[in-house]
Amino acid sequence: MMIKDRVIAFSLIVAMLGAVLFIVAYATGGNRLFEGLAVAFAAAGLSGAAIGWAFWIFPDEQVVDERDVAVEGRSDAPVGSARDFEEIAQTEAALMTTTRRGVLTRMLYAALGLFGIAMVVPVRSFGPALGETIPFHTKWRKGSRMQREDGTFVKATDLNVDSFTTVFPEGAIGDEQSQTMLIRVQDGLAQSADGYLAYSKVCTHAGCPVALYRTDSKQMMCPCHQSVFDVVRDGKVVSGPADHALPRLPIEIAPDGYVVATGDFPEPVGPGFWNEDV
Amino acid sequence: MISRLLDWVDVRLGATHFVATSLRKAFPDHWSFMLGEINMYTFLVLLATGTFLAFFFDPNGAKTTYHGPYALLDGTTMSHAYASALKLSFEVNGGLLIRQVHHWAALIFVAGIIMHMGRVFFTGAFRKPREINWLIGLAMLMLAMFEGFAGYSMPDDLMSGTGLRIAVSILLSVPFVGAWASSLLAGGVFPDTEVMIPRLFVTHVYIIPAALATLMAMHLAILWRQKHTQFPGPGRTETNVVGSPLVPRYAAKSMGLLAAVVAICFALGAIVQINPVWDWGPYKPWEVMSPAQPDWYVGWLDGALRLGPPVAFHFFGHMIPSPFWMAVLLPLLLFILIAAWPWIEAAWTNDHRSHHLLDLPRAVPVRTSMGVAIMVFCLGLLLAGSGDVQARYVHEPITTITRFYQIFCLVAPIAAFFITYAFCVELRARRGVHEAPRVRLRRNAAGGYDEETIA
Repeated sequence: MMIKDRVIAFSLIVAMLGAVLFIVAYATGGNRLFEGLAVAFAAAGLSGAAIGWAFWIFPDEQVVDERDVAVEGRSDAPVGSARDFEEIAQTEAALMTTTRRGVLTRMLYAALGLFGIAMVVPVRSFGPALGETIPFHTKWRKGSRMQREDGTFVKATDLNVDSFTTVFPEGAIGDEQSQTMLIRVQDGLAQSADGYLAYSKVCTHAGCPVALYRTDSKQMMCPCHQSVFDVVRDGKVVSGPADHALPRLPIEIAPDGYVVATGDFPEPVGPGFWNEDV
Repeated sequence: MISRLLDWVDVRLGATHFVATSLRKAFPDHWSFMLGEINMYTFLVLLATGTFLAFFFDPNGAKTTYHGPYALLDGTTMSHAYASALKLSFEVNGGLLIRQVHHWAALIFVAGIIMHMGRVFFTGAFRKPREINWLIGLAMLMLAMFEGFAGYSMPDDLMSGTGLRIAVSILLSVPFVGAWASSLLAGGVFPDTEVMIPRLFVTHVYIIPAALATLMAMHLAILWRQKHTQFPGPGRTETNVVGSPLVPRYAAKSMGLLAAVVAICFALGAIVQINPVWDWGPYKPWEVMSPAQPDWYVGWLDGALRLGPPVAFHFFGHMIPSPFWMAVLLPLLLFILIAAWPWIEAAWTNDHRSHHLLDLPRAVPVRTSMGVAIMVFCLGLLLAGSGDVQARYVHEPITTITRFYQIFCLVAPIAAFFITYAFCVELRARRGVHEAPRVRLRRNAAGGYDEETIA
């Protein structure tokens, strides 16, 4: 390798190290100084390599272009003239000098690729880590009382047969994934606590609130895409596009008369996805 | 005056030749060539009205308490975004009008794109050498759909929040990356409107409009370079374009269209109420409206979701949930088919030549039938998107309506294909029977006449 090639190679190594350093700095907490200097090194390395290429590798040519501004009546050439093709061929020949330096070219690609990756990595800043957001658990706990949106607690005497209300676990009013439909059916229709049944209100299809309840058929329906779930048969899908049943919240009537959960939903609520086989 | 101005410019830019040929550029007179311009002009209306709205809309998902002239929501907790949409509607002079004009223009924009694409498709204008513009046009259609969705998702009313919830569920359904993508873009597996509204705002007012403007400029530059297609006719060949000159006649027609588009958008905005956000109330993740429909250009996807099979795919502890098939895979395949159509047709007909003369739709029955079949399929999906409303009118259970559209979307496109095919063949045959071939008479040197058949 000629000394000039080594200078370029050195620049590219600096560029690659800078890109890697940036990714490391970003991944380890984002120190502004390290991140910024790493990008600066990466870009400076690319800059050095490009300038080295321009001065030392590509041929030193001079071309003459005729000015056509202020030349009146010049007609546009509709297709490339012979001269155009000649110029393109010359450019290609000049570019070909690059490929004769295989190692440098490969290093250039590596440096550009790493720089590209480094520039995409900060997308991570947009959102929380996956582990922090996957809702494998809701806020329902053993003994959680049920609170309506207005803050009142639900007692076993509150609901008439064939009525329903939206409830949240005590202290978590408005928590999306904990939203629950509490329905009272005739005692004995299903295994229930005094006729009380509770299902996740998040549709297992596309996540809309399953807000409609038909008293005659004891079915819940999601108004978005019309998935229908059977209340007295464990929330099974009756019709519509939902691919699995509504999770049922285990509940009981506490001795003091409040309706309480005896635990969290046995499975994740809401639509299923890749990482979560339900 | 004009020539002196041109001289001044020409010395500096050397543009006389370009300007001169452009002024006299030939624009074919067929009305269908103006469909594309509807989109250009609604885009201008959208930019103008959108700029006005952006001065008043507050893309902030944080909660506040509303106090204002709309008494029904006075004292209600809602986001700043929703409160500013209410203020815009009730307190800013002209605000409600411009909001409604903007919404109507968006509906027309997407409709215009599809009509323009239909013209290009059914007349074969997408063929070589215009494949690039076909792809750019399709890209603009997809961007326009995202743009519209982002727009009506911003006010943070109950309807927009429900739509966002579904959109995030669709994103979530994508294998491998769904959870990561929704985590990054939506702030979690459940959409966090406080996170999303500022992002939707940047996307809606900057990223997509800039992309649309860039693509539109490319679209027009390529059109200018390649020149228009034209229907066959006397004096029209593969090597020329016959039409009115841009200046003055076509420009006047086009300005007339611009003014008409503005008139229609403002008349609709003034007369026909659209998206009364105050009626929906603020978004709460546990509340929903029934019936609920998205804007029409998203409606076909919502309909597809309703018709989808309740089937999840399970393997090795992973799953692909049911929304994936209808809301991701189906549109993906549809758009790939549309994008690839110029190449599919070229390969199938083994026709790799350039075409500047258009086909009448009847002339290419397979293409025309295919286009009609796709449109009927999408129409079925769109109608299915309001199945719950139709169920109320026909007093049938929603399950019957859904089943009807499931069958419709499978059967009707095939039927439409064959019916269209038969029509095309019949129309083509009739022309031969009832219309004598048109001829041009030309006096020859001997003093007699030669007959020349016109295509």
